[in-house]
Amino acid sequence: MIGLIGRKIGMSQIFDEEGALVPVSVIAAGPCPVVQVKTEKKDGYNAVQIGFDMVRPTRAKLPALGHFRKANLPPYRFLQEFRVDNPEEFSPGQLIDVSIFKDIAALDVSGKSKGKGFQGVMKRHGFGGGRKTHGSHSHRIPGSIGMAAYPGKVLKGQKMPGRTGHNVVHVSNLKIVEVDTDNNLLLVKGAVPGARNTVLRLTTSRRKI
Amino acid sequence: MDIIDQISARQMKTSVAEFSVGDTVRIDVKVVEGKRERIQAFQGTVIQRKGRGIGETFTVRKTSQGVGVERVFPLHSPNLAGIKVLRRGKVRRAKLYYLRDLKGKAARITEKKDRGR
Repeated sequence: MIGLIGRKIGMSQIFDEEGALVPVSVIAAGPCPVVQVKTEKKDGYNAVQIGFDMVRPTRAKLPALGHFRKANLPPYRFLQEFRVDNPEEFSPGQLIDVSIFKDIAALDVSGKSKGKGFQGVMKRHGFGGGRKTHGSHSHRIPGSIGMAAYPGKVLKGQKMPGRTGHNVVHVSNLKIVEVDTDNNLLLVKGAVPGARNTVLRLTTSRRKI
Repeated sequence: MDIIDQISARQMKTSVAEFSVGDTVRIDVKVVEGKRERIQAFQGTVIQRKGRGIGETFTVRKTSQGVGVERVFPLHSPNLAGIKVLRRGKVRRAKLYYLRDLKGKAARITEKKDRGR
């Protein structure tokens, strides 16, 4: 199923038909041109590659320029690929916009989450931490990180403090509140990953409702 | 204008009755019962106003049969049929949370005198 690339604008609230306030994320999505169509015969799988956010040709790298020239397009900053069953229905240069989500109830959204910097185990992995009172000195420390002389090492994958956030997060089944084809805007219920201006990958929700 | 402001401006009421904390107001709320819709009134003192834009809300407190009742209303909600200011109150706080600890005579608010124009 074809999807779209968008940018998070921010969050707001909107009244639904019953008068309830619904929290919504506003996403400016597309229009995205098809840059390349991949077919089973040529590439081993069927997919459509689309671009988002045009770049001045003088600012783009030469290899990128060559790739876009094949589709007769100016360079775009972001590329995403979507697996499709019907590649013959797409051709390079064709524009895809938010109207593809017109009759769809929910979206899956992926994007980079906000970076949190170097964090301890309580925030990073949800550890419980130690006792706060009764003479305890271990408030937020991870505790034991392993066994004794056997295995004699810290096991790989041990959860420890470190850089947190700024990883790709997927949010599934966000209800579509509104599709504004005139302004290329999407309103979905709930939060999407990242700060304002985060680039998001939008697909029709795979979850059955 | 900012995109988010534009989206909320579509649903924001253009004119809302002017009232502030301490005022006594009557709020007409649309209530849907099955298919029928009717108006229910809620009368009390405004003890807080918070938020801005489409998310602005206010809290009305009243005492019903000796029990304090508070309701929070979104200012721009389509379910609010009307806001009527019955009495302007003279208060020195932005939030009247102290009314929760008072009752009867102590919970009165003095009326704001109109300075003749």
